[in-house]
Amino acid sequence: MSTLSRDRLSLGEKLLSVSWPFVMLITMVACVGFVSLYSAAGGHVEPWAGKQAIRFVIGLAGMIVVSVIDIRWWMRLAYPIFIAVILSLVFVDIKGHIGMGAQRWISIAGLQLQPSEIMKIAIVLALARFFHGATAEDVKNPLFLVMPLGLLAVPVGLVLAQPDLGTAIMLISVAGGMFFIAGVSYWMFGVVIAGGLAMLPVAWHFMHDYQRQRVMIFLNPESDPLGAGYHITQSKIALGSGGVFGKGFLHGTQSHLNFLPEKQTDFIFTLFTEEWGLVGGLALLALFAVIIVYGYFMAFNCQNQFGRLLSTGIIINFSLYIFINIGMVMGLLPVVGVPLPMSSHGGTAMLSVLFGFGLLMSAHVHRDVKVTRRGFDMA
Amino acid sequence: MNRDMERYKQFSRRALLIGAGQTALFTILGLRLGYLEVVEQEKFQTLSDKNRISFRLVPAGRGEIMDRFGVPLAINTPNFRAFLVPEQTNNIEDTLDRLSRIIPVTEDDKQAVLVEVDRHKPFTPLLVKENLSWDDMAAIELRLPSLPGVSVDEGEIRSYPLGDATAHTIGYVGRVSEAEMTDDPVMSIPGFRIGKTGVEKKFDAVLRGQAGRIQEEVNVVGRPVRELGRVDPKKGHRLTLTLDADLQMQVQEMLSHQRSAAAVAMDALTGEVYALCSYPSFDPNLFSRGIPADTWEELLADETAPLTDKAVTGQYPPGSTFKMVTAMAAMASGVSADTRVFCPGYYMLGKDKFHCWKHAGHGSMGFTEAIEQSCDVFFYEMGKRTGIDNIAAMARRFGLGHRLDFDVPGERGGLIPDKKWKMKHYRDIWHMGETLNCAIGQGYVLTTPLQLATMTARLVGGGKAVRPVLVRSIEDVGNQIPEWDDLKLDPAALRIVRKGMEMVVNGPHGTARGSRITHEGWEMGGKSGTAQVRRITAAQRAAGVKNKDLPWKFRHHALFVAYAPVHKPRYVTAVVVEHGVGGSETAAPIAHDILEALQKRDPRRIHTVDEAVDAAGNLVDIPPLPPKRPGSKTGAEKPPRRKKGSQG
Repeated sequence: MSTLSRDRLSLGEKLLSVSWPFVMLITMVACVGFVSLYSAAGGHVEPWAGKQAIRFVIGLAGMIVVSVIDIRWWMRLAYPIFIAVILSLVFVDIKGHIGMGAQRWISIAGLQLQPSEIMKIAIVLALARFFHGATAEDVKNPLFLVMPLGLLAVPVGLVLAQPDLGTAIMLISVAGGMFFIAGVSYWMFGVVIAGGLAMLPVAWHFMHDYQRQRVMIFLNPESDPLGAGYHITQSKIALGSGGVFGKGFLHGTQSHLNFLPEKQTDFIFTLFTEEWGLVGGLALLALFAVIIVYGYFMAFNCQNQFGRLLSTGIIINFSLYIFINIGMVMGLLPVVGVPLPMSSHGGTAMLSVLFGFGLLMSAHVHRDVKVTRRGFDMA
Repeated sequence: MNRDMERYKQFSRRALLIGAGQTALFTILGLRLGYLEVVEQEKFQTLSDKNRISFRLVPAGRGEIMDRFGVPLAINTPNFRAFLVPEQTNNIEDTLDRLSRIIPVTEDDKQAVLVEVDRHKPFTPLLVKENLSWDDMAAIELRLPSLPGVSVDEGEIRSYPLGDATAHTIGYVGRVSEAEMTDDPVMSIPGFRIGKTGVEKKFDAVLRGQAGRIQEEVNVVGRPVRELGRVDPKKGHRLTLTLDADLQMQVQEMLSHQRSAAAVAMDALTGEVYALCSYPSFDPNLFSRGIPADTWEELLADETAPLTDKAVTGQYPPGSTFKMVTAMAAMASGVSADTRVFCPGYYMLGKDKFHCWKHAGHGSMGFTEAIEQSCDVFFYEMGKRTGIDNIAAMARRFGLGHRLDFDVPGERGGLIPDKKWKMKHYRDIWHMGETLNCAIGQGYVLTTPLQLATMTARLVGGGKAVRPVLVRSIEDVGNQIPEWDDLKLDPAALRIVRKGMEMVVNGPHGTARGSRITHEGWEMGGKSGTAQVRRITAAQRAAGVKNKDLPWKFRHHALFVAYAPVHKPRYVTAVVVEHGVGGSETAAPIAHDILEALQKRDPRRIHTVDEAVDAAGNLVDIPPLPPKRPGSKTGAEKPPRRKKGSQG
């Protein structure tokens, strides 16, 4: 059986079975990012495009390495990684508390890492690990779900403490998606969503002023065009003035004249569509869609539940980045600070996404590997 | 295996559901993108352009004001200014300290700059000091390397070379006040100045020009990145006035021997005003630079009202200068030109006794003698026979009682009363006694010096409806002097009145004989007037108090209107000396001097300043010029249209 042959692959065989078209697609999205960052710097490689390219090359190599590591190893490492990221989140929170201010960074060997970004992958790993061994009956048992809810609640609490509303929303959404895929009953979702809605006023009470303000401004951005609503209004102006074919590469006036804030990070999509227009914007969306469809293709091909859950979690996570970021810059969602994957300037988000894709491909490379319920008994 | 198949099926179902959700969300993103970039594209395009394109206004040079020969009356002189650009220096205070060692920068100046620093973008140049001398400028430029952020430039400031002589007529410019703000964006240029009074105000729109615009691409903080286009400013039009600067200064000097006076000199045929003076005056240059508060207070508090243009806004009872109007009205309403009235020194109206100024009486008087000797009794009788409404109607035909549409703002209309007016303002019927008072220019009647000059021009200039004109031509617009309609006055009556005026100065019994012009061919005619300010009470008269013994502000106003030459009237003048007591004694000599100076210069016959006088300062005799002389010193300005043969 082919499954047996897949159980123990040589490195060469693994490298051959890495889905290189997928790597191509990812590289294409990254290139959109380089082009946009080049333009954001007014036609210069410095300060963003160059660094981003170096990071991408390193990240891509790391992604290949991740993809050839046996899926069962990743299953074993799921909880240790989760715990390590939790600890670094705690560390960051404490550091931030001492430093009197929002603190999201941790420095490791000169690299500035954002544990909350890595947590988005770690939570997928941990939940995939947890649900892998669950039977249909287990999943229907509410008590069984206390553990995974706990797995979710700890990082969400830590992230909110930073405070980072965007990441918290993403963690909850990704986890929700995974609960759903794992087969949790619809009525339980109903209860949780109803409960969540009931909790909204309470959440409002605990929100920071700037977060409340963002929500209010999201509801009516024109109310404060020069204040906090400035981001959304300017983003819409830049985007809207692009038209069907855009203003042309390096001719995006809004971005280059600095009307558009944070153009190199959260608003990179705005800069891109101002210059490339509706055509460019739709092309980028299509590229993202192809990556997602490709991801599902890989997930469906997995012969083990862990791989399927992991793959789907990664895909959901990836698409959430896109929805939240693009929805935000087009004024459909509040400004919550979620980057556009592979395109926005920023190291950790890119590494985190590439790590996720590495896991996705690892699941694909090792799609025929038999994974026992606990995942430990590698023959 | 079975268990795994079941899980795989459930996974597939749920994954497809999530996939469907993602498809829906992607569709929303795509639609939203299409909406923003197609449907709303135009709106956002506009907003985008507004975002990045900024207009900067470049002030236009203000049009100059010249006298009729091209002598500058209001010009723009360089205003050297020192600026500081905060972002170009590390230490603003240190730079200001260094600057203060070169030019006088006071502690207040420094504080003002430091306050401004916080109000502007760091690249905005802040004004440190203006009105610097050329030496200061040179000194700063020499040391620029050690003055980071300091720059100098040459702005413009309005200056008035004739100073106080033209202060009222030309007016002055000043900063735009809240009330003067209009939609014109040029108003918001820092340091922009607008005409506040006089010609500067009335012709502000003509003088102002059109501001240029620089269209710039700016970044988010408003710093210009590059210039996209520019429209150069269009300088304001140059105004050429009818004034004769030299004469203006002479007249101002003549008035300066009085405490408070006004005079108008104008052309009887065209209405061109050659001199328009009010004394005391002030230095308009103080105003364009920013007047010190104490100087301003002083000007306001002065009882001789230096800030008031008495020639145009001062309203005085015309006194006996009004008698010509009464005479014209009488003859027009059917009183025979041969009528004679006996003056015993008083006039009885019922039980009321009206005095003639000459208590001994003038004896038998006709129109000419009555004007010559200013007999009050004769005009009481004329007033009674003519009636107030006829007198008022005639007065209006002579330009009294209403504004003359003059080129200096704030012009007053005076007052010519009639029955209707009295009913309206006093709710009372008109009394005959009031007619008698009005007939000799007292009572309710009020006139301005400008109106008196106009009245005289209409009397002696052949009965044309002349109005005073101050602006002779506007650059690129042309001649501003209109042709005047005929007033359709009786020429015979005009001759009689003019004869009377001639006799006032030249006749054996003339009241102003002392002010004759003896130069042959330059003889003048005229009429004095004395306007009561406060009636001397019966008790004071009994005690022998004369008007000139009263405190200054209770004394009579002295008036004189005159024209010359008598054989072919061309120039007229009206002089009012406030509280000058007697028209013949105080005002007539000034009128004499003005008409003599006018005829000596004869501004009708000379067209440029070089032609006006020879090296010795004497009048040069020049034949009349053709209508247009290309390349003349006055530039494109056209000489006024004239009727053939109106000259000499």
